[in-house]
Amino acid sequence: MLRDITIGQYYPTESVIHRLDPRTKFLGTIIFVVSLFLFKSFWGFLLTGGFLVCLTVLAHIPFKYVLKGMRPMLFLLLFMMIFTLLMTPGEVLGEWWIFTVTKEGIYAALFMGLRLTMLVLGSSLMTYTTTPNKLTAGMESVFGFLKIFKVPVHELAMMISIALRFIPILLEETNKIIKAQQARGADFESGGPVKRAKAMVPILIPLFVSSFRRAGELAEAMEARCYHGGEGRTKMKPLKYAKRDLVAYLCLIGLIVGCIFIP
Amino acid sequence: MVNFDKVTFEYIRRDEEGNVESINKALNEVDLDVKKGDFIAILGANGSGKSTLARHINALLTPTEGTVFISEMDTKEEKNLLKIRQKTGMVFQNPDNQIIAGLVEEDVGFGPENIGVPTKEIWERVAFALEKVGMTAYREKSPNNLSGGQKQRVAIAGILAMKPECIVLDEPTAMLDPKGRREVIETITELNKKEGITIILITHYMTEVVGADKVYVMSEGNIKMFGTPRQIFKEVERLKKYKLDVPQVTEIAYRLRQNGLNIPECILTVDEFMQCVTG
Amino acid sequence: MSLILDKINYYYGKGTAFESKALKNISLSIPDGEFIGLIGHTGSGKSTLIQHMNGLIKADSGNIYYNGQDICDKDFKMTELRRKVGLVFQYPEHQLFESTVIKDVLFGPKNIGLSQLEAEVAAYGALRSVGFSDDLIDASPFELSGGQKRRVAIAGVLAMSPEILILDEPTAGLDPAGRTEILSLLKTIKDEKGITVILVSHSMEDVAEFAERIIVIDDGEIKFDDEPRKVFSHAEELRKMGLEIPQCTELMSRLADAGFNVDRTCLTVDEAVASILRSAGRGE
Repeated sequence: MLRDITIGQYYPTESVIHRLDPRTKFLGTIIFVVSLFLFKSFWGFLLTGGFLVCLTVLAHIPFKYVLKGMRPMLFLLLFMMIFTLLMTPGEVLGEWWIFTVTKEGIYAALFMGLRLTMLVLGSSLMTYTTTPNKLTAGMESVFGFLKIFKVPVHELAMMISIALRFIPILLEETNKIIKAQQARGADFESGGPVKRAKAMVPILIPLFVSSFRRAGELAEAMEARCYHGGEGRTKMKPLKYAKRDLVAYLCLIGLIVGCIFIP
Repeated sequence: MVNFDKVTFEYIRRDEEGNVESINKALNEVDLDVKKGDFIAILGANGSGKSTLARHINALLTPTEGTVFISEMDTKEEKNLLKIRQKTGMVFQNPDNQIIAGLVEEDVGFGPENIGVPTKEIWERVAFALEKVGMTAYREKSPNNLSGGQKQRVAIAGILAMKPECIVLDEPTAMLDPKGRREVIETITELNKKEGITIILITHYMTEVVGADKVYVMSEGNIKMFGTPRQIFKEVERLKKYKLDVPQVTEIAYRLRQNGLNIPECILTVDEFMQCVTG
Repeated sequence: MSLILDKINYYYGKGTAFESKALKNISLSIPDGEFIGLIGHTGSGKSTLIQHMNGLIKADSGNIYYNGQDICDKDFKMTELRRKVGLVFQYPEHQLFESTVIKDVLFGPKNIGLSQLEAEVAAYGALRSVGFSDDLIDASPFELSGGQKRRVAIAGVLAMSPEILILDEPTAGLDPAGRTEILSLLKTIKDEKGITVILVSHSMEDVAEFAERIIVIDDGEIKFDDEPRKVFSHAEELRKMGLEIPQCTELMSRLADAGFNVDRTCLTVDEAVASILRSAGRGE
């Protein structure tokens, strides 16, 4: 079911990673992603992979749940790996029809697969451990300097946080509309591509209409609660660095330095 | 606290060229006077103008003609806007579409954040508000997993945290089951009695109205009837003309009286009925 | 035509960390021409149950028989079940999508393979059954009032000529007059076409007045399945499930407890008035 999509959703539990400042987690994710591309040997994967495992354990998130988040990415991942495998020139190991497998290709595909997997796992770890509100507060603060260039940072952050909250609600709504149309005999499974595309109309129109209605009602509710943009707004949970954030930054620096100097 | 002076509101529909296609008077010269601490109920059929009226109290809409005053402040004046909205909070029908944050406590804190309350005080207000609606145990939960009645109580807490003098509820129980309805009505009744908050409740459920101080009946953009629940529910036939109803026990008593039984004029609850017949 | 549910079990989120049992050992028999009320608080499993009845959800264990045929059999035609068991979801007007009312109502009949002519006959008939005025059939469904939209949506299912019509809170959000109109329409449709109507409702008063049989579901289990009088005699149990009894039933049972010679099982205002008048010696 659509409900099973776990990527990008908050996993409520108590842990030191959950308590970290969202800016630390946001910048930390960027540092982690950068360090993934700094090394050239398997030792690097051992280091970054170990780092990731430690984080997951510290965050009290079951490995099963984390891996499930990978599922929607699996197809893309496999596709890119196969593409790399077949397209890298080098020492030929085997040939079949127009495909050539090279030693370099195997390495490159493996590296790429591992890097992408860790990239996705690393960044979903951020969303698992940070509520949408905190995450956007963190992003708002990290990108705050853009305000000088008239970028509506607060508004964008608010939009993202609301979008995240409404993902499960809209998925449920879609599910309901699909079922309602199925109850009216609609068939979404058979027929060619044109027929299938046409079959989407009875789902998409009600979905658009209801999203607009929801958006309107939400805007009204926000306005009724005195929302008027970021100006003069205080914060219930202002961002404050603690000692653990310092420790986290030190670890991250350790990681990136390690990745640069690893043989 | 809430004053309507000959308020008219028109929905104007235009065609593609911008010419006026039709004008629909949603409110037609409505006068309303709500005193501080009152519990007011507004009844009316679908499309009678109740929701339009509610949106005027919170300055989400402003009159086409006439004036709305909230504690002597004119809702048409831009500078009063935030003050008015802080004084008169609003709860809507669909619980899902009014919860903004991903955590209960953060949602309750949303209003105070908007009006610039200092951080420490926001926490105090959130704790107070959640306590008042009995949702303290859920403060760190996601609103998505709450029942309808609980979501509406969170919405009420979100408004309480802004220290309002008045709460307007636009069919807050329409999407709830009997238990959820009971929770919401008990919560607002208590807020009215214990905190002295003015309540303006819009509903289709007649039994929710019997505890109100005053009831207004709307039809076609006008207030047609107004009085205590007892005065209003006395007129069973007239209410039916406005597509409304009376509580079952009221109707039973009314019909027994018509048949010549010695029953007082307007009975509102089962308890009252029992008192009358057992003495 | 009959629908039999035999020991149905269903789990939410099967195989995930959030697995929970939504339906427990549900056995039901739905015969022809009955007006059934289905009550239970939000999350009790009502919605899940009704979706089993027309095959939108597949049970994890147990069988559903439609006219004696197992709906899980390979040669069973699911479209036939969808056609014969019409399901009107909550706030059905949110599923309207066509540019005109009539086109929207035609969607169902055409999906089940009726010819244009047959479909139109069915659609016009259905719109008439729900009391929709003829001069609005070419209007956009999005411009109608809430109550009118609701009727169009119900007509959309009715036009498929179901033999069982299931409605999930068809009166939610309507004013008292609108509620009574819709419910009376359902009763007329049931009487005229001899179909079975299953009404899911949060209003005990409505169910008491219209249903001939009430099924109470709580925590995924059937707690009561009986005639309304018997079901509403369990006031305490119902309250524990977050439900209630109709106000007039409450009044009558309290009068009876206080020693008055009245019928404590009255379900409607009419019955209650008649019973009190009888006991006061003014009855017919």
